[in-house]
Amino acid sequence: MVLSAADKSNVKACWGKIGSHAGDYGTEALERTFCCFPTTKTYFHHFDLSHGSAQVKAHGQKVADALTQAVAHINDLPNALSALSDLHAYKLRVDPVNFKLLSHCLLVTLACHHPAEFTPAVHASLDKFFSAVSTVLTSKYR
Amino acid sequence: MGFLTAEEKGLVNGLWGKVNVDEVGGEALGRLLVVYPWTQRFFQSFGDLSSADAIMGNSKVKAHGKKVLNSFSDGLKNIDDLKGAFAKLSELHCDKLHVDPENFRLLGNVLVCVLAHHFGHEFNPQVQAAFQKVVAGVASALAHRYH
Repeated sequence: MVLSAADKSNVKACWGKIGSHAGDYGTEALERTFCCFPTTKTYFHHFDLSHGSAQVKAHGQKVADALTQAVAHINDLPNALSALSDLHAYKLRVDPVNFKLLSHCLLVTLACHHPAEFTPAVHASLDKFFSAVSTVLTSKYR
Repeated sequence: MGFLTAEEKGLVNGLWGKVNVDEVGGEALGRLLVVYPWTQRFFQSFGDLSSADAIMGNSKVKAHGKKVLNSFSDGLKNIDDLKGAFAKLSELHCDKLHVDPENFRLLGNVLVCVLAHHFGHEFNPQVQAAFQKVVAGVASALAHRYH
């Protein structure tokens, strides 16, 4: 799965529009993931997962910041995400299936908040982008 | 308790009542073909699928999307027996159409995105969770008779 020039442009434009809301959206996407796919909560048994949780908020911001970095370095995701890739491979070891679940909930969150931006073409580019990020994050698993 | 709790049924039916099934069907099928282009393999006879705009404007895509979602909508009326409701369609998709059930899961998730797109904040996490159960149930029911 290769990101075309159009994909990169779509992702940068869309992420640019999101601006300072990225943290909120990261948090919402996590909340949606836990709500819709309860098995994902197994990785956060040590968190308060109730609505409005400060831990989930902080984690949502972390996820959003990482995605912002990925967008900024969209031409070289493996390098930009190398440390996170190590983290997920050797420490967190989140089963790869879960990246699809969070990616889907990120798409849903963006569709809710930015209907004008969420055209079919942008939807496709974002899906590819999240897929590319997920691939990098699981690339050192074995 | 059936497949959905009473509360989840309420959330699903509450939102579905406001859905323009014909339009959402075309939108969902169109986005499936745009976002997951390999799904176009089932629609070689549909004419111009060369760009996102071509796909979304294609009258055969719209017509077929309408058909698919009306069928989904009928299935919702039998939410506690989806396997029964979709038995014949399951056989059709296996024996005649030869569709990999993974495609039902993809379409289900695209439908969720379309609902989010249309309803915005109203499509909150609880509503989404109920719909995720529904689309998973329908996908599973459609795959049930495969052999």
